[in-house]
Amino acid sequence: MTNTQLPEKKLLTGIPASPGIIIGKAHLVDRSRVKILYQYLINEDQINREVERFKKALCITESQLLQIKNRMPERMKDHSFILDSHIMIIHDSMLKDATVEKIRKEKINSEWALKKSFEEIKLLFDEVDDYYIRSRLTDVENVTERILRNLSGNNDTSLSQINGRVIIVAHDLSPADTTELNITRVMGFITDAGGRTSHTAIMAQALEIPAVVGLEQATKQIREGDLLIVDGNSGQVIFSPDEDDIIAYQGKQLRHEQYKSFIARTSHLPAVTLDGQRVYVMANIEFLEEVAAAKDYGADGIGLYRTEFLYLRSKGIPSEDDLFEDYREVAEIIAPMPVTIRTFDLGGDKFMAGLKTAREMNPALGLRAIRFCLKETKIFKSQLRAILRASTLGNVRLMFPMISGVQEVLDAKAILHEVMAEMEKEGIPFDHQIKTGIMIEVPSAVAMAEALAEQVDFFSVGTNDLIQYSLAIDRANELVAGMYQPFHPAILRMIRQVVSAAKGAGIEVSLCGEMAGDPLCTAALLALGINQLSMNARVIPLIKKIARTISSEDARDDLEKVMTLKTATEVRKHLLRTMSELLPELGEEGILDLSGGAR
Amino acid sequence: MEVIKNLTVSNKLGIHARAAARIVELVKKHRSTLILAKDGKEADGSNILSILTLACPKGTEIKARAAGEDCEELIVKLFELFDSKFGEVS
Repeated sequence: MTNTQLPEKKLLTGIPASPGIIIGKAHLVDRSRVKILYQYLINEDQINREVERFKKALCITESQLLQIKNRMPERMKDHSFILDSHIMIIHDSMLKDATVEKIRKEKINSEWALKKSFEEIKLLFDEVDDYYIRSRLTDVENVTERILRNLSGNNDTSLSQINGRVIIVAHDLSPADTTELNITRVMGFITDAGGRTSHTAIMAQALEIPAVVGLEQATKQIREGDLLIVDGNSGQVIFSPDEDDIIAYQGKQLRHEQYKSFIARTSHLPAVTLDGQRVYVMANIEFLEEVAAAKDYGADGIGLYRTEFLYLRSKGIPSEDDLFEDYREVAEIIAPMPVTIRTFDLGGDKFMAGLKTAREMNPALGLRAIRFCLKETKIFKSQLRAILRASTLGNVRLMFPMISGVQEVLDAKAILHEVMAEMEKEGIPFDHQIKTGIMIEVPSAVAMAEALAEQVDFFSVGTNDLIQYSLAIDRANELVAGMYQPFHPAILRMIRQVVSAAKGAGIEVSLCGEMAGDPLCTAALLALGINQLSMNARVIPLIKKIARTISSEDARDDLEKVMTLKTATEVRKHLLRTMSELLPELGEEGILDLSGGAR
Repeated sequence: MEVIKNLTVSNKLGIHARAAARIVELVKKHRSTLILAKDGKEADGSNILSILTLACPKGTEIKARAAGEDCEELIVKLFELFDSKFGEVS
């Protein structure tokens, strides 16, 4: 039986803009557009007065923005440039002069003239190809709306006067609005408009309050005082939730808080096992921008820097200088910790803009990575030069992907030496001792591991491809994707073989597939002899924590049992049992979920 | 007096809001005017929206034309601003 008194529970999904979960009451802020009326001005006197009125509104707008800027809390000072640019927009000739001209020439009122100027600016922005710049039109819109509000004399309740702890529900919040929020009273906010890169999202993150944007219908459907659950992690907003929802989300909220505080407490400490073995927990990154986050999460270095991104942009093959700039920055930021730069893995399912590649029936087995590089040596050499140039500016290591046998290593190294000789001649400095390694991700490389170990300084096991190639499973094919089993006993045996070859030759070995970040695998991988793991930065604190609870001796004993198991299901079950005995609190799916992308 | 200089946008984000704001700030401190040109389109250097809508991502070649008594200083400062990547931190 349903109780008709209670409003129906509803769910809205938007874009998660700032993480965290909150449960609280809705406070609607009416930032809706001011109604604009058309007025025709009859004489010169009226026109002059109208221009004065417009200019006065601009003055008021400017002083409001200045005031907001000065009241900005210290930790948001970084974002004050947003307000500076808003102030510049007030005085921009496209807005100010154009509007004054319209008032005079077309004899229309300020509001109407301003609206027309805005429409003209909008047309200009619409023509711009660049998404980021196009989205800056919202800044112009924010300023225009504020001027219109001041023209109408409608200075509605300032956001700084909110009473009680609330969740702000608004059509859109300008950066100025966000700054005005009395954050001790605001638990979070949700808006109809906005995107992931909007200033509003950036501000919310700086304030560390949860936010969901782009909900489209929030202000239409939610009423003042409605109970809301806002999940800034998933982008979901539940209004008029039932009791079960509240209990479930309180649990999630608690776990999120716990996870956050444990990251803050422990992520920067080194991970050392109970019996004193150091474990290096590193980050896989794809973009320069991820380095800072990797450091925040406590990474012991960048274990895998995937370099494909710069090649996939529409501008064609990047220049050596562009690549160098990028690698230099990564190396400098992470130094003295190492960064392993993997030469580009293209071909296969990706294609390079501006370079014609033949359509392939089976791209995973096609002309990609090192095979492609050995054919297109010009592109390869330019990348090697960029990496070598960066090598003197930090702790840079070089790695070749998709190696299937010794010949490829010899060929790749020959090209590397050619490049080094050229640079030597040109007098360009580089690290002559740069550590050079290979990815072990093709089954034939596992078989040849001993011979390969003689040729390089380190191995990095790429389990994603190794599993796919060894088990002959195409993960993208949904008919067999379920058979992609990281816990397959064959994979564990292959890792063991690779480690033994590396140890025999005295070279380093690390692991950089998804298995590295899987909490269930940590103990087994340590027992297999891998003490360098590279993963998605978000799971670093969790894996460090797990490593600290492991005794390598116990882990080795347990591994002996694991190695007797015959199926992936048995292995997974066994590891799950061991892990939950070791760390009961981590056994809860909740924490494993929160770590995100662990599996 | 007039000075013309070719500049390349070398910062990662291109001329975005913050960079445009810094150009405007710079021009306002001088008595000269500044015109930025790209592919035959022109933008007024004292005008943030005009600069933004010129749409200059990384790698764009721009012709900067300053006119006025302190135009040389303006161009030097502008060059420094481009060279410093608008103080962009990574």
